[in-house]
Amino acid sequence: MSKSEMIWLALSFGMLMAFMLATGYQTFALEMGPPSHGETIDPQKVDETAPFDQPGIKKIGENEYEVVMTMQIFSFNPSDIEIPAGATVHFILTSKDVTHGFQVAGTNINAMVMPGHIQKITQTFDRPGEYLVLCNEYCGAGHQLMSTTINVK
Amino acid sequence: METALKESYIQKVNRYMGLQREDARISKSYLFVAFVALLLGGILGLLQGLNRAGMLELPYWLNYYQVLTAHGVLLVLVLTAFFTIGYFYAGLSHTLGGLLPKVRKMAWIGFSLKIVGFVFAVIPILLNQASVLYTFYPPMAASPYFYIGLVLIVLGVWMCAFGAFINVAHWRKNNRGQNLPIFSFFATGVFVLLFFGSIPVAIEVFMIIPWAFGWVETINVMLSRTLFWAFGHTLVNIWYLTAVSAWYVIVPKVIGGRRFSDTLTRIVVILLVVMNIPGGFHHQIVDPGISQEVKFLHVFMSLSIAFPSLMTAYAMFSVFERTGRKQGGKGLLGWYKKLPWGDVRFLAPMIAMIAFIVGGAGGIVQSTNQLNQVVHNTMWIVGHFHITVGTSVILTFFGITYWLVPYISNRTLTPKINRLGVIQTFIWTVGMLFMAGSMHYVGLLGAPRRTSYTTYGESATAMGWDPFMILIAIGGVLLIVGVLLQVYAVFHLMFRAPKGKTEFPIAEREEHDTYTPYWTERWGNWIVIMLLLIAMGYVIPIVDFTINAPPGSPPIKTW
Ligand code: HEM
Ligand SMILES: [Cu+2]
Ligand SMILES: [Cu+2]
Repeated sequence: MSKSEMIWLALSFGMLMAFMLATGYQTFALEMGPPSHGETIDPQKVDETAPFDQPGIKKIGENEYEVVMTMQIFSFNPSDIEIPAGATVHFILTSKDVTHGFQVAGTNINAMVMPGHIQKITQTFDRPGEYLVLCNEYCGAGHQLMSTTINVK
Repeated sequence: METALKESYIQKVNRYMGLQREDARISKSYLFVAFVALLLGGILGLLQGLNRAGMLELPYWLNYYQVLTAHGVLLVLVLTAFFTIGYFYAGLSHTLGGLLPKVRKMAWIGFSLKIVGFVFAVIPILLNQASVLYTFYPPMAASPYFYIGLVLIVLGVWMCAFGAFINVAHWRKNNRGQNLPIFSFFATGVFVLLFFGSIPVAIEVFMIIPWAFGWVETINVMLSRTLFWAFGHTLVNIWYLTAVSAWYVIVPKVIGGRRFSDTLTRIVVILLVVMNIPGGFHHQIVDPGISQEVKFLHVFMSLSIAFPSLMTAYAMFSVFERTGRKQGGKGLLGWYKKLPWGDVRFLAPMIAMIAFIVGGAGGIVQSTNQLNQVVHNTMWIVGHFHITVGTSVILTFFGITYWLVPYISNRTLTPKINRLGVIQTFIWTVGMLFMAGSMHYVGLLGAPRRTSYTTYGESATAMGWDPFMILIAIGGVLLIVGVLLQVYAVFHLMFRAPKGKTEFPIAEREEHDTYTPYWTERWGNWIVIMLLLIAMGYVIPIVDFTINAPPGSPPIKTW
């Protein structure tokens, strides 16, 4: 192996390690890891199971909200959410039928929502405006219609 | 030295005798199917591009997701699988001194199984009974015949993998102590991955079939999704390893140079094979139910694969530089002018390699957690794989056809078709720059993938994506021109071009590169290491998904 190749490979290795370290630091030290909630639920009994028996938005602290939401073809429940600017929102999500994707355009909210699993994701909405919420996993013939909004006032 | 002599002896014999007629027929049939799939898949791709730009409303009897399912199946299953097998079987025959009669028969059985399987899968798609996309995530349930078709396709692939193993084992028995010819070494790696990588999807489909028939009530959604990606992720790297084989073995010959270090080449193959499969969770980074530690491990494994790729980048540029200098290129960069840019057999794979630098960088970035959350399931991802598969892999395949098709058809590449190929490469490159470039950008703005034209009720955000969707459609129009030129070139070279002998261009080693350690041949060891790594990546999560599974889901048809 030539010297230039050794140097190239050492740099490559260093770069990949830097990526790993950055990812690991973010995930485990800063707790900014990807949504990975572990709780499960009977996908055929979502309506009878707490907290999804009462989907909706609830104030749980100083400008802090909890949104319990079900996704089903081809809608979000609750929909058209309104919150004040600066609010931190904890979303608790599950699906009543097939796999959906929960995405809010213009934010980092992006999580798979699968039947049988409860997913959680948190976001602080600093900038006022109307955010587009959409399903980003193909879920059937009306998938392209599955959207709602979050209005930050 | 002895190996080198032996290799060139076989090559000489083959040069004079040509590829045995019957072996050639196998590869020809596989390539024929591959390029019919490109034609059909390309047309469907154009429909998608036009639809997403709001320029084309599909008729009521043709659903966008039906089209997308077919586009996916035709291009990432049929085109790639048939090309890979046709290409490697031609090379196995060439470098191992012909296929064994038994192996030939297996290749044909494999061919029939795949075609029958494809018909089984395609009829429900046409009837809108299987609009589940090529990932078919349960609990969406297609007609059971769709899955039966998939099983037959997998069996057909296994048949070809075993055929390759038998031929390789036969050669090794007759050539004890020698290193496998380099092309066949690549082929072995690819078929090992094809076999082991498709086991998870076979298990998944065997879980699905009784459920789709209604014999079993529910299915474990998370387990099936995970099994799918253990396969899907591997498949991606199989195409990539196939393209890499041409970069290491064929391209140096085309430019009049010699191969990069034989030992290092083999190490790259071994690394790509053993580290490959346990990376599938990078497709599931934002899934629930998978711990962050397991996701992190898979991100690590995915990034590890970048290491042999970076070795490859060095190898390729070192071969180019050395060859260019030998041919009189001067100065720091003068050598690149000496490369045969007007030869499509070089130009297409060269652009493919450059595309891989871009695609690879995008891949590294998007497998890190936070950035994945930005781009997951957006058009960015669609842009990413049109660069990696749609350009890097496919342009390499296109470049291969300009010598492989004449070689198996006993015809020659004329300057006219070469020029056509250069134009085709240019159109493809520009088309992909438009299409994949805009896809990346509009994905960052939030546009989701796998979604037909929509304004989400006149949402200002969604309407802001439209200009980029129009660029995607423009790219799509260029690409369909590229598809037509390429398909014309392949069929012309197969049936019309002037008769004559074409060489299978395998580069020789460097003169001083005479020794390759025999331990590289220990495939048994590599497979054991591979299985250990797979166990490390998958045993804990799969046990967890099975034991702690929520109640399953019944089949649902939502389209
Ligand atoms: C004429 C050339 C092509 C055009 C115009 C085209 C266009 C498209 C478009 C617009 C989509 C996105 C649809 C969406 O997510 O809503 C798509 C998806 C896709 N394309 Fe292509 N494409 C072309 C060639 C290829 C090639 C050569 C390959 C691979 C070998 C390929 C593989 C795929 C795959 C795997 C998908 C994703 C399917 C899915 O999400 O289920 N395409 N294509
Ligand atoms: Cu959806
Ligand atoms: Cu992958």
